[in-house]
Amino acid sequence: MTVSTAVSPEPWLDQKEQEPLVKIRGVTKKYGAVTAVDNVDLDIYKGELFCLLGGSGCGKSTLLRMLAGFEDLNSGTITIDGVDMADVPAYERPTNMMFQSYALFPHMTVEKNVAFGLEQDHVPKLDIADRVHDILKLVELEDFKKRKPKQLSGGQRQRVALARALVKRPKLLLLDEPLAALDKKLRKQTQFELANIQDKVGVTFIVVTHDQEEAMTLSSRMAVMDAGRFKQIGTPTEIYEFPESRFVADFIGSANIFEGRVTEDGVDHVRVETEFCEVYIDHGHSVKAGSKIWVALRPEKIRLEKSDTIAEGANQTAAVIDDVGYLGETSIYKVRLPNGEIFDVTQPNQSRPTHAAQRLTWEDKVNISWDPSSAMLLHS
Amino acid sequence: MTDFTEDMFEPPQVERQPMIRLVMRRIHSRWRQIVTVIPFFWLLVFFLAPFFIVAKISLAELAIASPPFTSLIEWTGDGIMTIRLVFDNFVYIWEDSLYFDTYVNSLKISVTCTFLCLLFGYPIAYAIVRSGPVAKPLLLFAIILPFWTSFLLRVYSWMGLLADQGTINNLLIALGVIDEPIRMLYTEFAVYIGIVYTYMPFMILPLYANMEKLDNSLNEAAADLGSKPTNTFFKITLPLTMPGIVAGSLLVFIPATGEYVIPDLLGGGNVQMIGRVLYNEFSRNSDWPVAAAVAIVLLFILVLPIMVFQHYQGKAAEEQ
Repeated sequence: MTVSTAVSPEPWLDQKEQEPLVKIRGVTKKYGAVTAVDNVDLDIYKGELFCLLGGSGCGKSTLLRMLAGFEDLNSGTITIDGVDMADVPAYERPTNMMFQSYALFPHMTVEKNVAFGLEQDHVPKLDIADRVHDILKLVELEDFKKRKPKQLSGGQRQRVALARALVKRPKLLLLDEPLAALDKKLRKQTQFELANIQDKVGVTFIVVTHDQEEAMTLSSRMAVMDAGRFKQIGTPTEIYEFPESRFVADFIGSANIFEGRVTEDGVDHVRVETEFCEVYIDHGHSVKAGSKIWVALRPEKIRLEKSDTIAEGANQTAAVIDDVGYLGETSIYKVRLPNGEIFDVTQPNQSRPTHAAQRLTWEDKVNISWDPSSAMLLHS
Repeated sequence: MTDFTEDMFEPPQVERQPMIRLVMRRIHSRWRQIVTVIPFFWLLVFFLAPFFIVAKISLAELAIASPPFTSLIEWTGDGIMTIRLVFDNFVYIWEDSLYFDTYVNSLKISVTCTFLCLLFGYPIAYAIVRSGPVAKPLLLFAIILPFWTSFLLRVYSWMGLLADQGTINNLLIALGVIDEPIRMLYTEFAVYIGIVYTYMPFMILPLYANMEKLDNSLNEAAADLGSKPTNTFFKITLPLTMPGIVAGSLLVFIPATGEYVIPDLLGGGNVQMIGRVLYNEFSRNSDWPVAAAVAIVLLFILVLPIMVFQHYQGKAAEEQ
């Protein structure tokens, strides 16, 4: 089954075309003096796999729990498929949740766990058996249906939890850190599985995670949260390539962030003066000439060359290697710029170094440079 | 890469160990067995041996002697040992309806009290588990607090409360609710109050310990899957708190059945419970063999529910 939308297969990219499935308006949640979620607005469209990304205590789980109906709102409204959820208790909402702890019923078999939700809806017994069978097949657990949760591995329990939440065909599936309890290798594998399953069943997913890699892999769109507010909402590419703030640039991936002053603000280019070189950006930005601004450069977008001659011109500068970290697939270099600032530069290790002279090492003199499209201007 | 050196291939030096170290090592390796011997030893000395002594007395005859019963094993001349097992006491208990009725009455009272303790204790335990971080230790303390005063003293104060001229009756008369005092002391009602009051903590504490372990996200998951709160209680909470219910019920039921002080003080002569009968046989009649037989029968009545419990626990352990 694929996502069937009348207008566009990716309505979140063309937001005027369609009514959002979930509308969050001015939602605030306070615990005593602490504001967990602070006046947020968000639209989520049918068929999306939306990630709420943030550190612990940023309010992402609280927002998810408000969608599920486990927490009351202090103010604002949540609308799901056109219905205001204010007076709808958790057991009547068209949402299902996959809990971080999985919350499988320990006294029931896998089969009973999955059937529980359908039994509450008084689905006929034969239909229940069919649907439970189908969903267990989807998550590849047919052979384990008579087992109790304690007799399963972590990955199997995770899939039972997913099956139990999916079997009711909710309009909206809420996943609270769905992969956090798995080990690293299984997590990577499951990321793709989860995205595939979402694609197959066509249910809208909202995933809460603190793992930026997970959010990048899974989501169609994501929101970066901090202190109860959204810092930026967009596709993974938008957020990675065009972060709006220092917080987002630093939180998603890593970035070398430095200060500069705008010297020229053209329609199709921007020039920024910094302490070590001029930064030229080949696309327009709404910035004022003469204003101070933050510039960010991703470590993998910087080129590194061994050189004794000092580079001059825009988007390049001389530097000295301060430290080297060999990570196998890539190496990370800490380079010292003329003004003393340290930049991170990562380089793929595309060929095996055959003799020491080829290797970049401590105190080597280098030139670093980057493309005119690479530098990112941050507004806050 | 480690470099290979000559001495890597030499066998390690075996140090000669003094005798004491070898002994200590032996003890260490046997530690597991030693540890398990301790409870067995305890049970042997304080449970099994007394049990056999009581069983022995129950199979003897009343005699004017000290102690007042015949001995089981006798040596007659010629090197012959005779063992006399007198089952007369058990036959007597079976035939005299007083004993049968008292057993039934004791069970009726203790089963009812266990049920009442569960009925009131369950919501109390649940409320304590759900209470805030400040209230919880205070509430738990309040449950345990009665143990700080003597059990006997607490039963006496119930006498003061329930008597015809006691606090409750005086208060009700002063308020004009009643004209004549209601008879409460020396009735079965008073015994129920006494037992439920006394044994309530033994119901609440195991229930609390059991409920405390329950993950609240299970309730949320049930609600999320469309289950209303009452349904969630019967389908999720109740089955998962069953071990606590069984443990608490046994802790109330077993001592309540043999209870002596409460029926004696609060029930007077009007409430027959087996503990009182046993005491009377032993102390007033000085009929140790019949008293011992009464005790043995009581033991078997109580062992049954324990075996049911064991079976239940074994099954639960197997499932996990």
